[in-house]
Amino acid sequence: MMLQRQSSTGLSLFGVLIRLRGMTLIDLSADVAPGSVLTVMGPSGSGKSTLLSYIGGFLDPAFDARGAVSVDGLDLLSLQAEARRAGILFQDPLLFPHMSVGANVAFAIPADVADRRQRRQMAAEILAEMDLAGFAERDPATLSGGQKARVALARVLVSRPRLLLLDEPFSKLDMELRALMRLLVFERARTAGLPVILVTHDEADAEAAGGPVHRLGSRGAPHD
Amino acid sequence: MTTVFPRAAVALTLGFLLLPITFGLLGTLLPAFGYLPALGGFELGLGPFRDLFATPGLVAAAALSVATGLAASLISVGITLVFVASYAGTPTLSRLQHLLSPLLAVPHAAAAFGFAFLIAPSGFLIRLVAPVFGIDRPPDVLIPHDPMGLAMIAGLVIKETPFLFLVTLAALPQVDLVAARRLAASFGYGRIAGFVYLLWPALYRQIRFAVYAVIAYSSSVVDVALILGPNLPGTLATRLVQWMNDPDLSARFLASAGAVLQLGVTLVALISWFVLERLASSALKTVRDKGWRLVADRFVRRVSILLVGLIGTIVFAGLAILAIWSLAGLWQFPDILPQSFTLRSWMNAWPRIGDPLVTTLLTGLASALLAILLTIGCLERELQTGRSVDEKALLMLYLPLIVPQITFVFGLQLLFIGSRSEHRLTALVLVHLVFVLPYVFLSLADPWRSLDRRYETIATALGRSRLSVLISIRLPMLIRPILTAMAVGFAVSVGQYLPTVLIGEGRLSTITTEAVALASGNNRRVIGVYALLQTILPFLAFALAALIPAALHRNRREMKV
Repeated sequence: MMLQRQSSTGLSLFGVLIRLRGMTLIDLSADVAPGSVLTVMGPSGSGKSTLLSYIGGFLDPAFDARGAVSVDGLDLLSLQAEARRAGILFQDPLLFPHMSVGANVAFAIPADVADRRQRRQMAAEILAEMDLAGFAERDPATLSGGQKARVALARVLVSRPRLLLLDEPFSKLDMELRALMRLLVFERARTAGLPVILVTHDEADAEAAGGPVHRLGSRGAPHD
Repeated sequence: MTTVFPRAAVALTLGFLLLPITFGLLGTLLPAFGYLPALGGFELGLGPFRDLFATPGLVAAAALSVATGLAASLISVGITLVFVASYAGTPTLSRLQHLLSPLLAVPHAAAAFGFAFLIAPSGFLIRLVAPVFGIDRPPDVLIPHDPMGLAMIAGLVIKETPFLFLVTLAALPQVDLVAARRLAASFGYGRIAGFVYLLWPALYRQIRFAVYAVIAYSSSVVDVALILGPNLPGTLATRLVQWMNDPDLSARFLASAGAVLQLGVTLVALISWFVLERLASSALKTVRDKGWRLVADRFVRRVSILLVGLIGTIVFAGLAILAIWSLAGLWQFPDILPQSFTLRSWMNAWPRIGDPLVTTLLTGLASALLAILLTIGCLERELQTGRSVDEKALLMLYLPLIVPQITFVFGLQLLFIGSRSEHRLTALVLVHLVFVLPYVFLSLADPWRSLDRRYETIATALGRSRLSVLISIRLPMLIRPILTAMAVGFAVSVGQYLPTVLIGEGRLSTITTEAVALASGNNRRVIGVYALLQTILPFLAFALAALIPAALHRNRREMKV
């Protein structure tokens, strides 16, 4: 399928060190295999989201950061944020409120798919895969929380990301939905062979992710 | 591309704001000392100032300017302070906010005409009470144009109070109102006293540039002074305009010297205000340190809401009277309403409205469009650098509103004449831009900064360039505040009297200059037509700013306010 990647060696973080005014927030080296999840845990305010900002290319210049980040041997940090293709999910779905559901998804389709009909077709297909067939014309504001979360997932998957950065994406869903979304996200990441970094303060997230856990405050290599 | 445009926008914005002020001041200063080669002035000297101070009634005119400017500002700030202190955080305040917001769009001249039609000896108010007192002839009193300038002060207060009120409301979220209210109440302080002790100093620091702008405006205003102010002698600014438009070009030297004096007059008003600030601040400290609770403030609170309600009523009633006059057939004193209504005044005026209307629309649209592009560029630059507009940059933004218009726009007029340029409309647009830009920027900055940046993070992570994110995410999401800011800019441009008169030099006129030119005549029907038209244009702009986003995003619930 189109989302499958070839010759994947996964995500590698080497000596990533993020500091703010002399205080170390992140100090991490890790390898994340395709389809697996590295969970970064820490209380709110511990700066765990800065790791995602650093990898994605959105770190505020106030932070002092260094280290190497590569995906499948490609040095991410040498690229502009828009060229990194680091798909992000936040705790809010953040669907663009001025676009229809279908337009939200189509917005993410890479530019090499130039044909409009094909783009619309792709958007409809991935929406159908998310049990949202026929939702393309809908106003995002009229969707339920679970539906919005799935549109957000569809949107990030269709953009052919190199990796997924999850910033507490389940924390605002209610219990039942949270379990379902976790399964769906991790399953899709596995099928697509995407390395995932999950930032959370919820132990259940880490458990469901099943991969290594890096706890902030504990310097050095992540311990399982 | 994505960094070139914002960088250029910052440079252009600074240029468009500061260069006209700098060159305008120079253009006024040099002729004031006799140097103006275009009119044969080659030698520097004090001649123009000697002529100026030989003008009879000059000191009185200058004193009148300082006094009316200070009085209007003091009353406006006072009403705003007491009203906000009394009602901030209550539903009453938000209700009045809805009532007063539209007042900002009413041009000064239209509000002043409406007010004049209310209070004149043959005006609406006297007609209301005429039957009671058996008045059958307009009483012989000099209102408006009273020699003390009271009508003019009142006319300024009804426009400046809503402005200061809305500026204060915009700054209010930056202080912790609820906590301060609770704390003050728990210590037994009155509502007003608690607010003034705990919040006002911080709030005032936020709005003080706007206050200075009001002082500068009130002490140098021309259109309101022509409509409501004393006639003989008038304020300094009205005298200056006569000299500036004098067919005898040598009067320009005198006018330059006068414009420099006007700068001094406004400075005196501002310095007096600084002294008042100090006095008020130390008085506040004394009273606070003595622990005065001032609990019995109910009466003052009632008076403040009464005054604010009165201001709203006056402006709206004034507009209604303008509308009635524009449609009035025979309307004898002391009838409350005309005997008949007719479209004759509109029909008569219509053929002559065309050119000024086109100029008004062109200038307003062009300056609002330029201003919004520059503002978007500056705000985009702010996002890129992470540095927001600081105190110094904010002062630059307010500078065109604090330096008296008449002082530097007159210099620009002389430069324009000297350049023998044919591009009068372009010059007019650029001069309007100086006054439009600050308002457009101040209007868009807050909504621009408060948009959730994660939308753009997501769009960028999806592989979109900054330009694409700007065009397809940020700008559409901000379409409503962007159009509102443009409407504000358009309204500011439509309301400009002095810059239009000086740069247009009678060859370009707008609805506003035509309306004010009618002030000396006494044809209320024609004035009604022009003043009403002058008010309708900004309202149309605001209506469009509300309707266009609603139509564009009619099926998008979250894009509604």
